[in-house]
Amino acid sequence: MNSIVAAKKESIITYLKETFNDVGKITLFTMRFFKEVVKPPYEIKEFIKQCYVIGYKSLPLVTITGFIMGLVLTLQSRPTLAKFGAESWLPSMVALSLIREIAPVITALICAGKVSSGIGAELGSMKVTEQIDAMEVSAINPYKYLVVTRILATTLMIPLLVFYADGIGIIGGYVGINIHSDVNMYRYLSQVLESITFLDIFPATMKTFFFGFFIGMIGCYKGFNAANGTESVGKAANSAVVTASLTIFIIDMLAVQITDLFF
Amino acid sequence: MTQEITTTAPTPVSKTNDPIIEIKKLYKSFGSNEVLKGVTFSVNKGENLVVLGKSGSGKSITIKCIVGLIIADEGEINVFGTDITKIDTNELNEIRVRIGFLFQNAALYDSMSVRENLGFTLKRHAKDLSAEELENQIKDVLESVGLSEAIDQMPSELSGGMRKRIGLARTLILKPEIILYDEPTTGLDTITSREISELLLEIQKKHKTSSIIITHDMACAKHTADRLVILKDGIIHAEGTYEELEKSEDEWVRSFFL
Repeated sequence: MNSIVAAKKESIITYLKETFNDVGKITLFTMRFFKEVVKPPYEIKEFIKQCYVIGYKSLPLVTITGFIMGLVLTLQSRPTLAKFGAESWLPSMVALSLIREIAPVITALICAGKVSSGIGAELGSMKVTEQIDAMEVSAINPYKYLVVTRILATTLMIPLLVFYADGIGIIGGYVGINIHSDVNMYRYLSQVLESITFLDIFPATMKTFFFGFFIGMIGCYKGFNAANGTESVGKAANSAVVTASLTIFIIDMLAVQITDLFF
Repeated sequence: MTQEITTTAPTPVSKTNDPIIEIKKLYKSFGSNEVLKGVTFSVNKGENLVVLGKSGSGKSITIKCIVGLIIADEGEINVFGTDITKIDTNELNEIRVRIGFLFQNAALYDSMSVRENLGFTLKRHAKDLSAEELENQIKDVLESVGLSEAIDQMPSELSGGMRKRIGLARTLILKPEIILYDEPTTGLDTITSREISELLLEIQKKHKTSSIIITHDMACAKHTADRLVILKDGIIHAEGTYEELEKSEDEWVRSFFL
């Protein structure tokens, strides 16, 4: 019995040690970003390429999900609002829900799946096939070329994709409303714009920068630290998605608390 | 597809007894696994040193320590007279530019064409080069490894032998004084292995490089080595020319030459 307790204790201690070790490594990895980002030379071409890959190439996915978000949200909310005779509030409710919460979180989750796993797998495979080592022995800073550019690109592109998803979601909402009634576009958009204030957009936009930063950071960290062997590439990609998704929810929770305090 | 390269009989390269790389009492452990337990050897200027040893004996670890990819636990690594274990990253990078490293699987950048693979390194170290000069240097170095026609191909379109040659071209483009080869003929057929071995000698002759060649391929070792060292249990077990070691009284050493 004592030996079982001792073994359990030992495994818990090992787990905690590994967790703290990981947290320490991620912290150092993140701090290195802030050091490297300001130091020349700047990899502008690679940054633009990553913006294209992360931003432009995610547009079809964000368009489809954004449209469906708006459409479904409208169709699902309509019966409840109708019960209280508040159907006319539907455009405002859809727009506020999309802008404040649904579009940022869903778009970030979609990007965690597409972008973070992609970065994790790409850098993981580069690590396993010694391409990162090859850069290092050529006296090229792989962190600067591979990590800084990708994190900057996700930090800039995710907020833009969220703005885009907001717009597409609002169009989806318009289509949803017009399935059951006949509302013209001008009236719908007027109501949407009247209901949105700066305080709805600002906190929601701020948190998307953090979403973008951590999507890139986690993908890069997992890929950059992949162990040797092809199996670790899959693990890096998978772990990047799981960790990034979880981080998005944690940031969202913190953002809501901070927004409540200040706005 | 491998292209046959024309090689002339190698002429003697001027070798001196000045060590260009000097490793003294190098130790490296991974957890409880002690890989290097006091490795000591040197490479003279213009010399090709072949390192032999069983898999897992620490051959690759040793050369990765030389370029600072792996940090040694203890010991001295003098390259060009500088102990690389005692310098910062910027100083290390200055030395790295003078050292070429051919990885076991060539480690070509998958997302770049052959031209981009070669230009990527050169552009970052020779910023004054015009586009035309850059292109000419890429073409020259590709010609020297006999693969001019592969300039627009992607790494995935290349055979194993071609990848090694392009990897070598990428190494040569910075005109290194030392080249470290990590199993340059592993995974290649006999003919391609022979071609790569000849290319190694050709490079030594043409570029006056000093090299450490890690290999399990005894034909390559015989063809390219000026001197050999054999690693066993984390230390240098034997040292000498191919002929000397082939006739060694140590049965374990002789077993490499059977």
